Amino acid sequence: MSGMFAVMRKEWKTYLITPAAYVVVALFAFVSAFFFYNMLAVFVMQSLNGGFGGGNLNVDVQVLQPLMFDIGITLLFLLPMVTMRQYAEEANSGTMELLKTAPIRRMDVILGKFFAALGLLIVLLIITGFYVGVVAHYGAPDLRAAAISLLGLLLLGGAFLAIGLLISSFTKSQVVAGVITFVLFLVLWIADWPVAYSSGTAAHVIGYLSVTSHLQNFTQGILDLKDVIFYLSLIVAGLFLTARRMELAE
Amino acid sequence: MLEVCNVSKDYGPFHAVRDLSFTAAAGEIVGFLGPNGAGKTTTMRLITGYLPPTRGEVKVDGLVVRTNALEAKRRIGYLPEVPPVYPELTVNEYLNFCARLRRVPSRQRQDAVARACQRTALNDVRHRVIGHLSKGFRQRVGIAQAILHEPQLLVLDEPTAGLDPRQILETRQLIRELAGQHTVIISTHILSEAAATCERVVIINRGALVAVDSPENLTHRLKSTDTIELQVRGPQPAITALLGAIEGVLKAEFSHLRQEVGTWQLEVANAGVREEVARRIVGSGWGLLELRPIDLSLEEIFLSLTANQPEGQVEAPPPAADAEKGVQL
Ligand SMILES: Nc1ncnc2c1ncn2[C@@H]1O[C@H](COP(=O)(O)OP(=O)(O)OP(=O)(O)O)[C@@H](O)[C@H]1O
Ligand SMILES: [Mg+2]
Repeated sequence: MSGMFAVMRKEWKTYLITPAAYVVVALFAFVSAFFFYNMLAVFVMQSLNGGFGGGNLNVDVQVLQPLMFDIGITLLFLLPMVTMRQYAEEANSGTMELLKTAPIRRMDVILGKFFAALGLLIVLLIITGFYVGVVAHYGAPDLRAAAISLLGLLLLGGAFLAIGLLISSFTKSQVVAGVITFVLFLVLWIADWPVAYSSGTAAHVIGYLSVTSHLQNFTQGILDLKDVIFYLSLIVAGLFLTARRMELAE
Repeated sequence: MLEVCNVSKDYGPFHAVRDLSFTAAAGEIVGFLGPNGAGKTTTMRLITGYLPPTRGEVKVDGLVVRTNALEAKRRIGYLPEVPPVYPELTVNEYLNFCARLRRVPSRQRQDAVARACQRTALNDVRHRVIGHLSKGFRQRVGIAQAILHEPQLLVLDEPTAGLDPRQILETRQLIRELAGQHTVIISTHILSEAAATCERVVIINRGALVAVDSPENLTHRLKSTDTIELQVRGPQPAITALLGAIEGVLKAEFSHLRQEVGTWQLEVANAGVREEVARRIVGSGWGLLELRPIDLSLEEIFLSLTANQPEGQVEAPPPAADAEKGVQL
């Protein structure tokens, strides 16, 4: 346990003194603010027009739900930047020798790195929470649904981080790790597209693996154990396979 | 303290370490010598648990490193070939992280870091970023990291590589100080370094053991006779004839002439012959300028030991080479 905290502290220190984490947070803040502002602007315009188009105006459906979904996409782009260096850097600088000969478990290193990255993800979600706060200040959004959305994003991001960590353990090159991670996230994101036109079992099995469809429930305020388990099993599988990978690499 | 028992390490079809066995007693300094690619680094990685051996096992303080990894690793301090530093951290931050990794209790952490910095002369750069330090200073940070937790076994892979002469001497001094409470294994291909610091030398070549002995014994073992070098001013043929005629001189060989001073190499049966040689030369009226015994240097011993290694052994398949190949993901 103490080994895990040591690794986690060191990772956080690195986030604080190197530009990578700041770049991720700044890009996230910029992109998410852009999404939020646009959705809010459209919503306000429609409100002023008195519900032009006939439908009921609903800040949850028109602002927060799509915002949360788009933030999921933003994470897909940004989190590979967090995970790509995690093992590649240790392998390149020779510090792997320090970690592997220290009296700590393989899992201490993996969990230390994972939770450190999760901490960064939570910073991003706090920024997201700020948007919910803005909406809550002027209107009455469904705060329970917003909280569930944030939980969904945490789980989705956690799954991305675990998978990214696994991929970074395969290569010494940050670029290769980053690109493969990004492509894999993209595949996981669009995996449910075939479900739209195909009714075959294969399409549904693949569709089940799509991180998108599971996120959709969360953004709509539906807390389904099935979705939680889906993300948690991705996280556990990612971390476990990373441990296996480190073991076999010896 | 350290037992290396019939350890082998294969990298695919390549045998980097072959059936290596040696031990190191508590408090001993053992030098680990071999030419480039001999398998020194590989062996040190096997000892520290960075790599698992293909066959055989390593025991530290009676604990098998492979199966009792955490307990064994607590007793080891390791300086890898490349100092394992994080360039973005300061020396202080880095050593604190290492102290945490090595489970130095939090109350003792500051003291441990301060002591390690003191011993490796790092105090002036403690608050500088490691990435901005020179190579020698980074090497010192690596040494500080290895001794931080007062390990029982200290494994140093070429500890003086990249250091300035003064720092080399200080590091050797430090290593000698550490011995006694710690068992120290240092690898090097600089033999004088091993001679200067080590009580025992393990010589390996192509992954296999060549010799284990004290530097003195190794020097001794290889010479059955004494060699002396002689500088005399005088007629060369007459001197050679005279030297050859002295009883106890096995071989007298003229080597070269410089500014009318000739140099001879004599092989003599015992040290007493030296006096007779001096007497006879002076007695003949020639100028004896120098007479000194020549010790076989460790370099020469090393070369003679490793030169006799049978070639072509490298590709010989060991028994059960594939038994433990893991499935690569
Ligand atoms: N990961 C690896 N994969 C394949 N072969 C390796 C690997 N690591 C080392 N070797 C080989 O094992 C042999 C021993 O290497 P090692 O690094 O132990 O030598 P060394 O004695 O430390 O040499 P040097 O004095 O140059 O540091 C070398 O021939 C090297 O090419
Ligand atoms: Mg080496």
